[in-house]
This record gives sequence, C-alpha cells and structure tokens, in this order.
Amino acid sequence: MPKDQNVAALKLDDYKYGFKDPDSYVFKSEKGLSKRIVEQISEMKEEPNWMLKFRLKGLEIYESKPVPQWGADLSQLDMDEIYFYVKPSEGEGRTWDEVPDDIKRTFDRLGIPEAEQKSLSGVGAQYESEMVYHRIKDDLAEQGVIFDSIETGLKNHPDLFKRYFATVIPSHDNKYAALNSAVWSGGSFIYVPPGVEVDIPLQAYFRVNSENMGQFERTLIIADEGAKLHYIEGCTAPTYSTNSFHSGVIEIIVNRGASVRYTTIQNWSNNMYNLVTQRARVEEDARMAWLDGNLGSKITMKYPSCFLMGRGASGEIMSIAYAGPGQHQDAGGKMIHAAPHTTSEIISKSISKGGGRSSYRGLVQVQKGAHNASSNVECDALLLDEEARTDTYPYIEIDENDASIGHEATVTKIGDEQLFYLMQRGLAEDEARTMVVRGFIEPISKHLPLEYAVELNRLVELEMEGSVG
Amino acid sequence: MTEKKELLVVEDLHAAVEGEEILRGVNLTICESELHALMGPNGSGKSTLAKVVAGHPAYAVTQGSIRYRGEDLLEMEVDERARKGLFMAFQYPSEIPGVTIAQFLRHAKSAQTGEDISVLDFYDDLKDAMNELDVDEKFAERFVNDGFSGGEKKRNEILQMAMLKPDFALLDETDSGLDIDALKIVADGVNTLHRERGHFGVLIITHYQRILNYIQPDFVHVMVDGRIVRSGDRELALELEAEGYESTRGQLTAAGS
Repeated sequence: MPKDQNVAALKLDDYKYGFKDPDSYVFKSEKGLSKRIVEQISEMKEEPNWMLKFRLKGLEIYESKPVPQWGADLSQLDMDEIYFYVKPSEGEGRTWDEVPDDIKRTFDRLGIPEAEQKSLSGVGAQYESEMVYHRIKDDLAEQGVIFDSIETGLKNHPDLFKRYFATVIPSHDNKYAALNSAVWSGGSFIYVPPGVEVDIPLQAYFRVNSENMGQFERTLIIADEGAKLHYIEGCTAPTYSTNSFHSGVIEIIVNRGASVRYTTIQNWSNNMYNLVTQRARVEEDARMAWLDGNLGSKITMKYPSCFLMGRGASGEIMSIAYAGPGQHQDAGGKMIHAAPHTTSEIISKSISKGGGRSSYRGLVQVQKGAHNASSNVECDALLLDEEARTDTYPYIEIDENDASIGHEATVTKIGDEQLFYLMQRGLAEDEARTMVVRGFIEPISKHLPLEYAVELNRLVELEMEGSVG
Repeated sequence: MTEKKELLVVEDLHAAVEGEEILRGVNLTICESELHALMGPNGSGKSTLAKVVAGHPAYAVTQGSIRYRGEDLLEMEVDERARKGLFMAFQYPSEIPGVTIAQFLRHAKSAQTGEDISVLDFYDDLKDAMNELDVDEKFAERFVNDGFSGGEKKRNEILQMAMLKPDFALLDETDSGLDIDALKIVADGVNTLHRERGHFGVLIITHYQRILNYIQPDFVHVMVDGRIVRSGDRELALELEAEGYESTRGQLTAAGS
C-alpha cells in the first residue's frame, strides 16, 4: 500500500470519535439556506419579534458579503448541500435521564457525564442544532450563576440578554458572523454575578451527528465585576465523505476586574469546515484568556480576539494547531488595545505534517489614546516533514509612540541530531518524534486542566503513529 | 582463569561521511569490564568511531564489521543498539525544549526495559543517582539540555548513563571543557558503574590524559588519520602528554613507508 493511503487509513481509523448514530430528529429543515428556513427556526423557538428581525437582517448581510478570499480555500464548501437546522428532540434535559437514550449513549461514549461528575461545575451538551442537556452544580446556581442554553437565556432573562447580545460581534462583522446571526441555534448563556468565582470549569460539548450538517451555536458569556470563570468547549463529529459545516459565534463580556478563561479543544472530523468568530470585550483591570486548540476539521478559520476597552485590561491568546494531511488550520488572534496600560500576549504553536498546512494570522492594534500599551507575540511552527507547510501573517498597527511591542516567529524542523540523541537512549523513531512534539507544545499544554493535557498528548501520540515511512 | 567475554569487536572498519572516508581500517577489541581510552589529535576520527558504533545515520560504513556481544551491530537500528545496553555520552548533546530530564529518562528507561516502571521507584532511583553525581534535585525538572552550560550538559549525560545502567559506554570527549570538580564527578560516575556492574566496559574518547588520572584505563589507543596506530597501557597516555601526537604521527609514517 502506498505510504499516503496508509497514513490516511490510519488517521481515519484512529479518529476515535468518528462513530455515528442513526439519524433521528423531530425536525429537519430542507437542504440549503432560505428566508423560509430562518423564519421556521425563529418560529419553532417561539422568539420575540425583535429576534426574527435580527435574524432576517443577518441573512441579508450574509447574502451581501462575498466569500473571503484572503484565508483558507472555501471554494469546495457548497451551502446548498448543508442542512441548516436539525432539531434532535423535544426540550432540554436537566438530568441525563431526560435526554433521549441514543443521544445519551453518544455523550456517554464521549465521556461527558463521567467528566461532569469528576471535574466540572456544570455541563451543556449540544446535539445537532439544539442543546439537549444543561446543568450546573446547585451551589453555583444558589450564588446566582446562570448557565442555560442560549434559547432559555433569551426566554428567562430577556433584559440581560438584549443588553449584551450582538454587542461584541455585530452581524456585519464578517460573512459567517452574519450567517450565524441568521440561523443561530444552541450554545450557552452564562452570567456570573459580581464577585462570584467559578473555579471549577463549566463545559459545553458540541456534537454533530448527521451528514451535511451545519451547526451554528451562539454563546453569550457575561462575567460581572470581579467575577471569575473558566469555560471549556469540546467538539467532535462522525467522519463523512461529504462536507459538514460549523460556524459559531462566541461573545464574552468581561466586566471590571473580572477574569474569564475560555478553552477550546476542537477535534472535529476531517470533513468539517470550521469558521468561528470568538471575541471578548475586556473592561478596566479585567482579564481574558483564550486557549484555542485546533486539532481536527478540514479547514478552520478562527481568530479569538480581545478588545481591551478599559484601562489596565489584559488579554492572552494561546493557540495550538495541528494540521495533518488534507487539513488547513488558519488560526491566530486579534488584540485591540483601546485603552491605556493595556497588555496582551499571543503565543501560537503549530505543527504541520504530510501536506497539512498551518497559518498564523494575527493582528495587534494600539489605538490613539491607548498609552503605555504593551504586547508580545510569539509564533512557532514545527514542520514534521518536507510536504508540510506553514505561513505567518502578522499585522501590527500602532497609533501611539509609547507602545511596547514584541514579535517573534520561528519555524523549526525536527532535526536528525535530536532524533539520533533520543533514539540513542532507546526510544523508537515514533516515540522520539512524539517527544519532541510534546515538548514543543508544553508551553500551552501546561495551561490545560490535567485531563485535557492528557487528551492532547494522547492525540499527538496518535497523530505521530505511522508518521515514519 | 576463565577467558573474558568480548563486548565490542571492531574489524577493518571503514566509514565515510558525505563521501569522505574518515575511518580507514579500525581494529579494536574491548572485553567485558575493560576500560579503554582512545586518544589522538583533532580530526583523527575518534568521534566518528563513536558515532558509527552508536549508529548515526549520516555515517556510512563502507567496509569491515562491528560485533557487539557476538551480534552484528551494523544490522541494528540506533534505538535497538541502545536497548541492548550500548550507551553514548554525547560531546554535543541535543536540546529538547519542553521535555524534562525526569520525563525523558522515564521514557528511555521504560523503552529499555519494555515495561512501565512505577513513578515512585523511578524517582527513588533518580534521586539516588542525582545525589551520587552531586546535582541539585531541581535538575530533573529542567528541560533536557535547554540553556545548559557545557558542564551541565556533560553532567546530564553521566546522570543518564547512571540511570540507564548500560553494559557498554562510549564517552565522546565528555571531559573536555570541565573543571576539575566536574571531571571528578564524571569519573566517579564511570567508576561507580564499573564497580557495581562487573562486566561494564567503557571506551573513553579524549584529547587529554587528565581524566585518566581519575579513571584508570586498562588500555590506551592512539588514533591518527582514521586508524589506531598504537596501543598500550596507561604509560602510553603519559608519554603522549609529554611528547605530543607528532611523534606518533612520525611512527605511523615510518611504519607505513
């Protein structure tokens, strides 16, 4: 068998989340996108009129914007083949027993209920277009922490919702934010009251099951003054020969003195187009940290951003990407310094292999009046073979003289001397390569909760197997 | 008296790197529990011999053979040689950022034994070895050779040797650039292993006879232009120190003419 096929076969087999359930749903929209479908979604969700208008406006903007040409190749993504709304069941469970059996089994297989017991403050689970489960620990609920599906948030907390919704990412921000505005469904609504600290993470898990599925979750997180939150999202899907599509919008408001950490471990199957807009508005002395892990998908375009709006606000983006055969990870981040004494840091690490391509695309902007801003960007790329490719697109726009800006980029290959050294200590070539890669991502994996660090290392190991031809 | 078993037998070894022949017919036999020193001027091929024995992919063996404990060494991959108890202390060890010495050694140890070793046992051993070599406990949590001084790198090599307990070690200029305290520690590491493991054999590649004050070699060899031109006992090292390599080079020319 030729080497390439061998690697591809291995990868397919090794993607342990590639299993699928039989299709079952209570509603499935027709293929493709239309005004009718947008209206159907709004109607089925029994939304207020302003939201229907918001959706239709989003559709209009989406249709008016061209497909971006500056990033990954999106020409193979055919919107007419996508199902934009699939409702898997009636209602959302507060216990796993209320979740339909086959869907519950899927999340069992993914280890979600177990993780919830062991190491999380709360879990939200989305299947196709809807959240099927949401629950937060009682003590946090008693302290006023809200953790609901976005739909429940709109229903039960209309004022809070309307005050913040689409304020961080307006519909016209980009084509896919507009699309999400039109067809959004599922996602979380989170509010942490002033001074409340949610030290143990909340997690949302996104699962796409059916073929040609489009998932458009919308998440709104508000950390009020001095509050603290760690939120984790994970995503997987079965492997199909046709394309699937995921386009989420995540808006975060970090109020004065608050601190939010948002961790993504994206492990979509390799037929997924993953075009996500994530952005945080960070107020005075508040702190936002994105940890963005892009391991799966066919194409990802994703640039978590911090708008540092208040004096002393700080932002951090740690981005790790793995691009194997057939994958293009176009990732990075944006730091907008709009106030004095704001600080930011971007650390990006990418690993490319076997024709895989990773791009770092980043913007650091210091606006007029943002005195004494400081920013540091470090992007490191590791190429595992001659076919792998990496590119760096750093943009820096500085409108104040007293800004302190650092930028450093490196590209490395695993060296023969390194391999010889490790193998001389008894490690097989696979193991030696894996060890170098693990070391390479250590600055990021050390920030992950233990289970995720273990999972990340396991994924790296899996990807490295069979990499020696 | 029973005859000693052969550890390493090099016969008529020729090897080239990038088409250039560096080794031109090396013959060398090292038996169990013997300490050999290989000396010679820069560029004579000493380090090349070490790398060829360890299996560096850049060096091509063009003629001759190497047997290790009766097996054809040249048939084995680098890692297989290592797992059979062959260790090389590098002159210029690689940096592995993000991987701690402890993680690295634990992997190496389980690769060698073929089984996962318990964390507790491993750390006990590691602590003992570090005490022995007079290195701080924090050393194990540093990334492998990342930002190390020359002396720290050499100490790390000896720490690895102490942990992996090889049957045969090649020390490639481990003594160069070390102060006398560090040198003694390196020598202690070798001597301890030699004492504990009766069959442990060593080939010390060095420029200077200084380390041979602390590690008593059974044999001293001199390499010039890719061949071993003289072999003797410790006296030979002292003679070389006094007279330099030029006299040896002269003898080679005389013998060859």
